Amino acid sequence: MDLATLIPVLESTIRLSTPLLLACLAGLFSERAGIFDIGLEGKMLIAAFFSAAVAYLAVTNETWTLHLPLTDASIGLTWLRSLLPPVGWGLLAGIAASMALSAIHGLASITFRGNQLISGVALNFLASGLTVLIAQSWFRQGGKTPTLTGDARLSEWHLPFADSLRDVPVLGPIYSDLLSGHAPLVYLAFALVPATWWVLFRTRFGLRLRAVGEAPEAVDTAGVSVVGLRFAAVAICGVLCGIAGAYMATGLQPFFGKEMTAGRGYIALAALIFSKWRPWYALGACLLFGFLQAVALRFQNIDLGAFTVPVQVMDALPYILTVVILAGFVGKAIPPRAGGEPYVKER
Amino acid sequence: MDKMPGWADAVLVPLISILLASLISALVILAIGHNPVEAFSIMVKESLTSSRGIGNTLYYTTNFIFTGLAVAVAFHARMFNIGGEGQVLLGGLGVALVCLYVPWPHWTLALVGATVAAGVFGAAWALIPAYLQAKRGSHIVITTIMFNFIAAAVLNYVLVNMLRPRGAMEPASGPFPEPTHLPTFQEMFSTADTVLFRSAPVNVSFFLAVLACFAVWLLIWRTRLGYQIRAFGHSESAARYAGISPVRITVIAMLISGGLAGMMALNATMGEAERLVLNASEGAGFIGIAVALMGRSHPFGIFMAALLFGFLYQGGLELAFWTGIPQQLITVIQALVILFTGALDNMVRMPLEKLFLALRKGKA
Repeated sequence: MDLATLIPVLESTIRLSTPLLLACLAGLFSERAGIFDIGLEGKMLIAAFFSAAVAYLAVTNETWTLHLPLTDASIGLTWLRSLLPPVGWGLLAGIAASMALSAIHGLASITFRGNQLISGVALNFLASGLTVLIAQSWFRQGGKTPTLTGDARLSEWHLPFADSLRDVPVLGPIYSDLLSGHAPLVYLAFALVPATWWVLFRTRFGLRLRAVGEAPEAVDTAGVSVVGLRFAAVAICGVLCGIAGAYMATGLQPFFGKEMTAGRGYIALAALIFSKWRPWYALGACLLFGFLQAVALRFQNIDLGAFTVPVQVMDALPYILTVVILAGFVGKAIPPRAGGEPYVKER
Repeated sequence: MDKMPGWADAVLVPLISILLASLISALVILAIGHNPVEAFSIMVKESLTSSRGIGNTLYYTTNFIFTGLAVAVAFHARMFNIGGEGQVLLGGLGVALVCLYVPWPHWTLALVGATVAAGVFGAAWALIPAYLQAKRGSHIVITTIMFNFIAAAVLNYVLVNMLRPRGAMEPASGPFPEPTHLPTFQEMFSTADTVLFRSAPVNVSFFLAVLACFAVWLLIWRTRLGYQIRAFGHSESAARYAGISPVRITVIAMLISGGLAGMMALNATMGEAERLVLNASEGAGFIGIAVALMGRSHPFGIFMAALLFGFLYQGGLELAFWTGIPQQLITVIQALVILFTGALDNMVRMPLEKLFLALRKGKA
């Protein structure tokens, strides 16, 4: 395998890893604070829909009015138009939708001390059903949004000197083709890895957030609000999942399609366990799983001479690896101690 | 202290949860520009007022009874089996292998053989997550989710590379031979003059599902093993102290759960499709979660909840056909039921408990 075949695969690895990484870091914040979240998938999905839908509507409509449901009242919003490019409004809408699901998850698992896993499952179904219902009602294209064009899509960033350095042997293509020319959200996702590490391990907020996932009673004794911290973590999770979904529908693909996240939320969850709830390891795990997806997309069945690796093995590999990790055969994955448990104040 | 009378806990709380879920569903229908009353009447008309509609409803009910019981048995041992979907797929594989490669003389024998195969394959798919939970403490929710995806990949591989007839494009097995076809309600209940349940897929496995309800009730409340499962579910430390092996109970409960989920494939694969297709479960593995939560993990409750979801599913499909409201409406309703009866249970329960407490004080 030479550089010319390797670079497209690695380039698509970066693209495919981005939503995984964002969702994985989202899960990291939530689970470090003791709130299990198997609803990453649903949050990404609903964010993907609303970002694509709003970006499309923002491009195609000259005047913006918000019709209040069930009444005749409407609010003129055309003045908002020049504030952000359409794709920016899409991103905000995606984040808002994802945070709405986060709020329900917080309400169920923090306020009403319900089962966090059941709440996550419910939210995944809610997103999977609502996106198609609303998409059909708005666009009538069988649960899809129309294909986005122009300003409704994320533009690509070209790193400085990308064109002039292309002819440098080896390093040139790596810089110009592999690292340059991605959507801004890709660079944001990778920059969020050190940022997450810094927030979690070098700030007071991070220390408290981790403490609330390990020993909430200690945090409570210190006079810090457990509920507040957990809601903050769930909100951060919502923002990051929103960005992940927006990238999928306005960057990775130029439209929203039914069930387009296709289990990525669960792969992100797998990556989170694989990385043992640590930011830098999460980067490695997401790149690995992204690479597996890229290889499966590019090669289908892989001929290794003696035998062929069927594409289904590549599809299932992230899940198999996670089960092996969970089984503790390759180092034990220990979740935050208070994870999944609602906190009940002692009286 | 009992805060609420038993009937309130068993009937009132789920009823209020369902009302909340249907209220929000109605709002959703309104928001996408349709009339909820009209939608509901179409659903009732198409699923409950003709024997064809009832036949379809009961077909889906059969699926949901099996998956609902599967989730419920695991719930009793305080485990959350999200792996129903994968266990159904593997159960279907078992059914297909037995139907395709064993020369059955009669459907009754084939049904017995296929039931065993479905149960064994479904249980086997639950065995690894169960073992990992019991022995290595790997969280069963995560492992069963992973096993759903692995099952889909396995089935895809088997169908594409092994069971697909030569020259066929679709990833599905060839049709099952004639003697394995299960009698449908149409064949069983129609007389010479009147045809009942015309072309509805409901078949003899419905009675098997009812039998399974009874068997699970016997198991959970009338056997030593059932007592151990419930004891383990209430308090692991107490069960351990009483000499109940956590490893044994975890594995056995999950095997039963997986086996029940696998048996759903009898209805969908052997009864309806009469061949193995890629997505035999049609999401019934997940609907089982809603059914079990709503039925409070009791077989009778599960039967009622499965009837309700059978109605929702059949009604929702017809609604999609008649009005163009996508069938994903069912997914939304299912999500709301899971949310209100499962995760937001306390939201309904806490005010009710206060109410009953106030009533009691008023009397005393």
